[in-house]
Amino acid sequence: MSHEKFETNVIILIIGILITISIGGLVQLVPLYTMEQTIEEVDGMRPYSPLELAGRNIYVREGCYTCHSQQVRPFRDEAERYGHYSLAAESMYDHPFQWGSKRTGPDLARVGGKYSNDWHVAHMIDPRSVVPESIMPGYPFLAEKDLGFDDAADHLGTLRVVGVPYTDDQIANAAADLAAQANGEEGDTDALLARYPKAVVGDFDGDPARVTELDAMIAYLQMLGTLVDFTTFKPEMAQR
Amino acid sequence: MDLTALAEAARSAWVVWLMVLFLGVVFWAFRPKNRQRFEDDARIPFRDEENGG
Amino acid sequence: MSAATAAPAGARGPVAYNDGVVRNFMIAAIFWGVVGFLAGVVIALQLAFPVLNLDLEWTTFGRLRPVHTSAVIFAFGGSALIGASLYIVQRTCRTPLFGGEFLGGFVFWGYQIFIVLAALGYVLGVTQSKEYAEPEWYVDLWLTIVWVVYLVVFTGTLMKRKEPHIYVANWFLLSFIVTVAMLHIVNNLTIPVSLTGAKSYIVWSGVQDAMTQWWYAHNAVGFFLTAGFLGMMYYYIPKQAERPVYSYRLSIVHFWTLIFMYIWAGPHHLHYTALPDWAQTLGMTFSVMLWMPSWGGMINGIMTLSGAWDKLRTDPVLRFMVTSVAFYGMSTFEGPMMSVKAVNSLSHYTDWTIGHVHSGALGWVAFVTFGCFYFMVPKLWNRERLYSMQLVTWHFWIGTLGIVLYITAMWISGIMQGLMWRAYDSLGFLQYSFIETVEAMHPYYVIRAIGGVMFLIGSLIMVYNLWKTAKGELRTEPAYAEAPHAAAAGTGS
Repeated sequence: MSHEKFETNVIILIIGILITISIGGLVQLVPLYTMEQTIEEVDGMRPYSPLELAGRNIYVREGCYTCHSQQVRPFRDEAERYGHYSLAAESMYDHPFQWGSKRTGPDLARVGGKYSNDWHVAHMIDPRSVVPESIMPGYPFLAEKDLGFDDAADHLGTLRVVGVPYTDDQIANAAADLAAQANGEEGDTDALLARYPKAVVGDFDGDPARVTELDAMIAYLQMLGTLVDFTTFKPEMAQR
Repeated sequence: MDLTALAEAARSAWVVWLMVLFLGVVFWAFRPKNRQRFEDDARIPFRDEENGG
Repeated sequence: MSAATAAPAGARGPVAYNDGVVRNFMIAAIFWGVVGFLAGVVIALQLAFPVLNLDLEWTTFGRLRPVHTSAVIFAFGGSALIGASLYIVQRTCRTPLFGGEFLGGFVFWGYQIFIVLAALGYVLGVTQSKEYAEPEWYVDLWLTIVWVVYLVVFTGTLMKRKEPHIYVANWFLLSFIVTVAMLHIVNNLTIPVSLTGAKSYIVWSGVQDAMTQWWYAHNAVGFFLTAGFLGMMYYYIPKQAERPVYSYRLSIVHFWTLIFMYIWAGPHHLHYTALPDWAQTLGMTFSVMLWMPSWGGMINGIMTLSGAWDKLRTDPVLRFMVTSVAFYGMSTFEGPMMSVKAVNSLSHYTDWTIGHVHSGALGWVAFVTFGCFYFMVPKLWNRERLYSMQLVTWHFWIGTLGIVLYITAMWISGIMQGLMWRAYDSLGFLQYSFIETVEAMHPYYVIRAIGGVMFLIGSLIMVYNLWKTAKGELRTEPAYAEAPHAAAAGTGS
């Protein structure tokens, strides 16, 4: 066969292109699709609770990744600024991943528990009221909009299809768990915490009368990076 | 899984793939026999005008 | 040859080319270019003056940034690329389009619908938040259909060509179409929550999704913004310079090595993340090697002027094209350097990346496209030459100055912020809080916005010039140089 064939036969040219561009993808992507090689086993990871998932979907909707990363690199300064470097296991239930590519604002991989709910409310509504030099947009509309996550069970079910291990129990109780987490004492928080250990419960936005998008957003921010139990984690477990 | 085995083979031998491809392409492109043809081919963008003259 | 080129486009040669669809794509590309540059200026100003986010959900940076990126990459770049590819494939095959104006028209309107659906979605909060792949599942499906028809039109035209050899520009364009199809499908495999809702969840999770996404996004750069526009370079620079490409044989080597290597380079976007080390190392290795074919292509483009360097002085359109190739060379040197892990540890997450992208996007992609507009519009509207060569020169210098302001501001702010993040004081504490590094960026964000405004003004000058050209007006102006308008408008001597 001569190169002339490539030049004169469109189909052969297309096949040649396909083979050439496939090798790299084959080498880099396929091994990652067989999960066990790339994800370390750690204690504490669980799927998102319905309220956290709703908050994450708002994070996705607003394009927060355009300014915030969720991936702490293994450097001394990042460890001191943000905390332990990110593990593959910590985003194993993320569809899509939100590691980001730009830090116009700080990394958020371990922001959970660093600030109070009140601080987050003030910061989301008017960032410059708590951080005068901030260039983040204000999100006052989140506090005004009802959450509207009536189809929470459908979302959990869809995520199960793509591999997140939600149980029948979790899917059946999606609406109840959402209400319990957002309303504090009123709901059955014991059942919620049994299904989603370490879930932060409370009235996040300071408006107990209703569940707003801000409730969900803060519930998500407050759990980011808090699940893995680093007392049982050893660095050699990380697949680096 | 067959795809995994294929990926493994490609991964361990990518330098070989690269060299085979590169040398093959260079051989075709710079073979003296092909010189005249390629010089003609390079004029293709001008031919639709030459014909219309 | 010289007599023939002066004839109107439609009458040239025995072949009646389908130029209606090309004209539509040119108009769309020019329109979306202005929209995209304007959106860029708006979000650049938002970073300098956050009050411009207006506290409304439709106008925050997070929602408008994808509008800017999609408008410039897919709407402006995509329309220019598809239009130019249909122009090139007809003329290098000396045959009209496969499927004629009908299939061509479907590709045009289908692609415009894709752009509008995507942009409307972003503003309303419908997004996958996968960088450069933001459109949701229904928009992705629609684009897939349009893209397959585009592939059929392009391949079908190649098949019925009157020329035995497939000219190298078409190889680049074909690899762009085929690869983008593969990337788009794999990176957008989602399951919708319901068929009546916009929300879907991607099948890939975490590390897999990160690798798939950057395999996609890096090769959107590699095949959409590079291979496709190299295809344009390999046709329009020889045409405008009126001499064949410097080395056709080098272009063959350039093609195969470029497409083989580019596809591996994605992991350099994920250095020091939870992605396994072997993948990061592979990505870095190939990114550095990629420097060679990239510069091979640059040399091929620039050396096409070998023996005719005076045209750079006398032909501002050619100056646009050649400058774009020089910017291509600069950013394909900078890219491999930034993919080295030690450099990346400083540059990643900072404005340096943004500056790098824009030296490629403004300097290479936009400039070569402007050159092609100036080449094609007189031909497509059957005009003798451009309305004004002096306005082309104004556009060139204002645009170039805008780019220089933009990328130097981002170099300084990026390197500065990277160094501030890792600075320690004499007591061993982190020297700067995060917000102090944000505050330090302000002057550079203002300079960057000014650079963007200049680039936008340059493009508006172009719009005016092309509008007048299409109407058939000619500006009376002094001779540009010794052999001014003749060479510039590609009308021969």
